[in-house]
Amino acid sequence: MAQKTYAGVTLEVTEDGYLVDSTKWNEEIAKEIAKEEGIELTDKHFAVLKYIRENQAGLTIRKVGKSGIVDIKGFYDLFPGGPLKLSSKIAGINKPTSCV
Amino acid sequence: MKKIVILGAGTGGTIMANKLRKALDREEWEITIVDKHKTHYYQPGFLFIPFGIYKKQDVIKSKADFIPSGVKLIFNEIDKIEPENNKVILEGGQILNYDFLIIATGTHVSPEDTPGLKEELWHKEIFDFYTIEGALALREFFETWQGGRLVMNIAELPFKCPVAPLEFVFLADEYFTKAGIRNKVDITYVTPLPGAFTKPKATKMLGELLKEKNITVIPDFYLESVDNKEKKIKSYDGKEIPFDVLTIVPVNKGDDAIERSGMGDDLNYIPTDKQTLRSEKYENIFVLGDASNIPTSKAGSVVHFASDVVFDNLMCSIKGRRMRAHFDGHANCYIETGFGKGSIIDFNYETEPLAGNYPLPGIGPFGLLQNTKMNHYGKVIFRWIYWHILLKGKELPVESEMSMAGKKK
Repeated sequence: MAQKTYAGVTLEVTEDGYLVDSTKWNEEIAKEIAKEEGIELTDKHFAVLKYIRENQAGLTIRKVGKSGIVDIKGFYDLFPGGPLKLSSKIAGINKPTSCV
Repeated sequence: MKKIVILGAGTGGTIMANKLRKALDREEWEITIVDKHKTHYYQPGFLFIPFGIYKKQDVIKSKADFIPSGVKLIFNEIDKIEPENNKVILEGGQILNYDFLIIATGTHVSPEDTPGLKEELWHKEIFDFYTIEGALALREFFETWQGGRLVMNIAELPFKCPVAPLEFVFLADEYFTKAGIRNKVDITYVTPLPGAFTKPKATKMLGELLKEKNITVIPDFYLESVDNKEKKIKSYDGKEIPFDVLTIVPVNKGDDAIERSGMGDDLNYIPTDKQTLRSEKYENIFVLGDASNIPTSKAGSVVHFASDVVFDNLMCSIKGRRMRAHFDGHANCYIETGFGKGSIIDFNYETEPLAGNYPLPGIGPFGLLQNTKMNHYGKVIFRWIYWHILLKGKELPVESEMSMAGKKK
């Protein structure tokens, strides 16, 4: 398991860079992970991250789009490319698994 | 008289009707099964129709032929379920009271959910192959098609039979090769997943096979809309892919009756305990197969394995005992890879598809994650097994619970 230092805290991360222990997360850590991904976090980002942290089970892009916080297009604008993967990483939760 | 009502006479409902009628005393238990359609479709066969391998008559039989005597079969639409009152209301107002309810209403494609999908090009140059109508329309189109850009797209997860679109492009490669126009057909596989499949080892094997067959994969594409005029699919983040013919897996959803009953999630799937297969909310309701939200494939093999668990747990519940069967998420999928070969994957909630032999360790005859002729024969023979053994709830020589024997880690 790799280690990384964000906001002065050394944390365990998976090989894809997701925090192993989501309880160690805070907003400062989020800002630094986001910076690595080329994203400057705004209040809107944080509102989405809060929703994601509170609704970790069975999270999908569709669900976030129906959250009332952001629609799907807006979600892509905030976290370009792979919004669910990126936002999960910045929110300090596990990498989303899609099961088919 | 105590009552069991089964909603849906597809694979799951039909298996349960057969198992339960055999097990329960006819003087004591009345069993009723409801479905809106009279035809039972062998859905795995839809995939072969566009390529002229199967015809319509190969995949249809009458539902009534598979429901045992002593089970009341009602053809009608379900208006709604009132789980608090233990009753189901059918269209026209007929009321079915129950002691136990089994919901096996499945999943269906909902092209209406994507802007532009079900418009002027629908079933003319845009096709699904998850309905008999779509599969037959595509057959007619392919028969005289001169070639061009064929795009296979998956609109949303989860969807029924997750390997079907892969099989579709493999079979298309073979079909157009044999038609002598493969050099004029550009095949592109566009998926919301990060690769060919969800699990790493299968993705690698299938990804290599796609490459070998000169099929382009475009991952991480989440469909927003279809432009009929420009013939393009568009993603939420502004990517556009042009097509001459679009084959699509539209958004899949649970039955509308589930939505009307307020029992589903945002895609009308019912929150279900993934181990006991009982509704998370109601102790006398079991959910079998695609209708549930359990995190495994929506596929007939899963329904077949899960039916053993629902049966055991329902019998325990009837006797007022604690449920003792646990579903492991077991799925087993044949994958047609074209030119008379096939692959098989076998997996569950915890274990991804691994290489090995199935069902007999070291012997097979089927090779897991391998591309063999024998695997293809398995799929061919399976249609017979489906109609004659599986639907009737008879024993097959495979275990419900996934086995690690014969698998290589």
